[in-house]
Amino acid sequence: MSLQISAENRVKPVIKCSSVYKVFGENAKKLLAQSNGLVDAKTFKDAGCVVGVNNASFEVYEGEILVVMGLSGSGKSTLLRCISRLTDTTSGNIFIDGQDLLAMTSKQLIEVRRNKMGMVFQNFGLLPHKTVLENIAFPLQIKGKSTDDSMKRALEMVELVGLDGRENYFPRQLSGGQQQRVGIARSLAVEPDIWFLDEPFSALDPLIRKEMQDEFLRLQGVLNKTILFVTHDFNEALRLADRIAIMKDGVIEQLDTPANIVLRPATEYVRKFTEEVPREKVLKIVSVMEPVVDASLLGPLQVSKDAIIYTVAEAVLTEPKHVAVVNALGEVVGSIHASKIINMLFGQADATDDIT
Amino acid sequence: MKFFKNHPKYAQFIALLAVFFALYLTVTPSETNILWRFPALFAGVPGGINGFAEHLMYDWFPVEIFDPELEEYETSALVREVTRGFSRGVLFCIEFVREILLGGVKTIVAFTSWDFVGDNKWAVWPALPWTVVSGGAILLGYALRGKALALLAGLATAYIAIFGQWEPAMETLSFVLIAAPVSCLLGLFLGAVAYKSKTTETILMPLLNVAQTMPHFSYLIPVMVFFGVGDHAGAIATIIFATPPMIRLTLLGLKRVSPEVVEAGAMNGCTNAQMMLKVLIPTARRDILIGTNQVIMQCLAMAVIASFIGAKGLGFNLLLALNQLRIGQALELGICIVLIAVVLDKLSLAWANKQTNYFADDSFVQRHKYGIFFLILLTTCVILSFLGKLIFAGGINYFYLIPHNQGITTEPFWQSGVDWMVENWYRGLQTFNNWLIIDVLMPMKAAYLGMPVSATFVLVMGVGFIIGGLRSALIVGGFLLFIAFTEWWDRALITAYMTSFAVLVSALIGIVVGSLCAQNSFASKGILIVCDTLQTFPSFIYLIPVIMLFGVTDTSVLIAVIVYATIPAVRYTVEGLNSVPATLQDAGSMSGVNKLQRWVKIEMPLAFPHIMLGVNQTVVFALFMVIIGAMIGTDDLGQYILKALSDKNGIGNGLMLGLCVAFIGLAVDHLIHTWADQKKAALGMA
Repeated sequence: MSLQISAENRVKPVIKCSSVYKVFGENAKKLLAQSNGLVDAKTFKDAGCVVGVNNASFEVYEGEILVVMGLSGSGKSTLLRCISRLTDTTSGNIFIDGQDLLAMTSKQLIEVRRNKMGMVFQNFGLLPHKTVLENIAFPLQIKGKSTDDSMKRALEMVELVGLDGRENYFPRQLSGGQQQRVGIARSLAVEPDIWFLDEPFSALDPLIRKEMQDEFLRLQGVLNKTILFVTHDFNEALRLADRIAIMKDGVIEQLDTPANIVLRPATEYVRKFTEEVPREKVLKIVSVMEPVVDASLLGPLQVSKDAIIYTVAEAVLTEPKHVAVVNALGEVVGSIHASKIINMLFGQADATDDIT
Repeated sequence: MKFFKNHPKYAQFIALLAVFFALYLTVTPSETNILWRFPALFAGVPGGINGFAEHLMYDWFPVEIFDPELEEYETSALVREVTRGFSRGVLFCIEFVREILLGGVKTIVAFTSWDFVGDNKWAVWPALPWTVVSGGAILLGYALRGKALALLAGLATAYIAIFGQWEPAMETLSFVLIAAPVSCLLGLFLGAVAYKSKTTETILMPLLNVAQTMPHFSYLIPVMVFFGVGDHAGAIATIIFATPPMIRLTLLGLKRVSPEVVEAGAMNGCTNAQMMLKVLIPTARRDILIGTNQVIMQCLAMAVIASFIGAKGLGFNLLLALNQLRIGQALELGICIVLIAVVLDKLSLAWANKQTNYFADDSFVQRHKYGIFFLILLTTCVILSFLGKLIFAGGINYFYLIPHNQGITTEPFWQSGVDWMVENWYRGLQTFNNWLIIDVLMPMKAAYLGMPVSATFVLVMGVGFIIGGLRSALIVGGFLLFIAFTEWWDRALITAYMTSFAVLVSALIGIVVGSLCAQNSFASKGILIVCDTLQTFPSFIYLIPVIMLFGVTDTSVLIAVIVYATIPAVRYTVEGLNSVPATLQDAGSMSGVNKLQRWVKIEMPLAFPHIMLGVNQTVVFALFMVIIGAMIGTDDLGQYILKALSDKNGIGNGLMLGLCVAFIGLAVDHLIHTWADQKKAALGMA
């Protein structure tokens, strides 16, 4: 299926979780062992335990942005902390580049964190006594790099995130958005392969948030990291994600591409999120296009299969004939007609259900 | 009746008061009546402690020690040798710093022998000219902060030199320069350990509580027994006294570090040591710096108290001046101590906040400019002091070292001021003094002393029960029982009377002044600066002006206590009132409250729990000061501690008395904290 192509190409999982459980409470391990993997939050609560993550299994592929989305208390941050081993996982396996993360000694863990992982925090987590430059250079100095080298690298990072001229400011002298730029620069200073972002833009104003999302996409365009991104904002998830995992009460309700989540919500809970979503702004042409039609039916207009519908809707609607849909190489892979767009914009959800 | 049904605590309280007065009036004073006074069951404990200490120091675990002077082995107790070795180490450090500043031979002796120094006349370490130390302080201030700090350091050192207090000041400094860093590092270390290990914290906390409410004097006695008398003993007592607040503030600071910062450190791959040294401690810097500030203040406050066990320097001279009622000199010495405290505090603060410039492409000279400046300064000043030898031939070399009391002095001015006041205000002051003593203090004291022990217990435990239930009642009862079983119950009552009088007045003044100042942001800031400044002064400084006015009487002590103890009351009142949420203020304004209504109906109810914490501080401050008041004559627990200090077998008495004072403080602390926590929780501010 065309929607799955991008995922299939990335055969190499960088992060692999299988049956990860995180239960808070005193005799969590014992309770979990008794439950045979079938965890019910209610019975655990009666036993004085809180279920953070309930049987999470998934993979994140190289260069992919996986967004974990859920409301507060859904366990999304806990899941991230299990994968970064900031909290101990109660049961299950986590592999980073094929290495068993949970079996690592603290020395190995430190090595992995120093070289492979970077993390951005909701409230920035900057060191208040260090300047912008010192904060960014911090992970490098921790690794034991010379002051000269770390400062040079830090300065490059300052430029990358557009904070030139503010390198000697203290975090308290910066706005929220600027502070998060420092947090981003710091997390990228060691050139990690894996990038964790824990609600990085939630503490920011809406306008700044939009700006930072653009900045994030720009950076990812340049750097191509493997990303695990946690957010409670569904629109943010749709905007940024290659795939989205929606969590509720510690359970991953659905893990799929944004288009599939909008078009085919797996559960009632997920459907509620998708109700208000303007489809034309989320879906790409490829998810609504029809099979290739005879060349005589096609008009002169061609649209890319990866174009967001909203951006090409006006052109397609003013074209009386069918419009050719082309791939990156310019080959015609499908067609679309104005009536289809109208149907999608104003019709019922079932109108798009037929298209697969 | 309905009122009491709605407010059961008021009813309980009235019932409690009724029982209290019934007991007060009915119990007859007699030696044998157990309701009147408990038997001194603990009377034997001090003797036991003395015996234990003696055993530890002279008999326990004998070891063979080689005596180099007698050149033979002798038997000595292990503890004694350990403490002796420790004393020697501390003393060596102090002497070393002291001789850099003032010159001498002891450091050279430590590496050679007295004979060597006797044979070689050249083997004397010369003192640094005062101009070098002063210039060095200016340079340091400039390097760390800038012109303002340089100016402060320069003025302070110049004042000390010109007023002829250089030698005692450097003696004090040498001991502070050892005691303060040791206290800071020790406090930091123990605080970090307590942060890491819950068990350590649980063990440490009650010890800190007692340590921070034990009066200064009580520390001196065990130190004297174990470490002897002298500068090292003073330094050790100071370290013991100054470390607890550092531990507490370090722990507080570390706990306040946001979890995200810790996680960020972990994700950057910090090892445990890197996490502590590079992430946690620097991030907790604000609280830790308050801790170092406290350490420096405690060190200088102890300068006077440590002189009781042989610490030389400004403190000793100040004590002497106070005893001889030489107000002018005491004032000049007091200013010296305050100046040293302020300069050290500012320098340490500036050092901690220093920023580095990583991209400065400096030449060798620029990078080492301060070192080079200092070398130039050193040579110039040394040459100057040699020239001074020629200029002031035969007399005092003012460029080298101004000897003690050979500088300028303003003493005659102050003395004449005192004389003038005595002449002109004597009648007025005396009338006030007499009125206060005869009509207020004496009856109050008599009332406290006439209180049967059963009535006291009913009152205190009853209040504990009303505030915090059975648990609180038992805790405060336990503290009280300890005191009641010693032979100093009456002394404790006197301490309680002086403290409660001072606290009442202080709290009243503090709340009124604080409330007035809190009405306006400019005044709030101003009064907080005044509080900061006053808190910089070591406590006994407050005794100087009151002795000037009231002579050696209870009034003097009480007024000094009141002045000192009002500071926290004012500070907490201002802070409490200022922290009332702006939305509530706005809600009040929109309901049309006037200023008085705002204060009574909105600000006070919300700020009161915080103000009570201020009152709690007031109690602790007042207790300390009442005990220090023993230096100018009181007849409470403090006086007995002072007596124990000069007693050969004082350690038992001293410790027990110290604990009595600490337990009074802890009982009050428990009651107020429990109450304030409940109140804050009820108001949703916890």
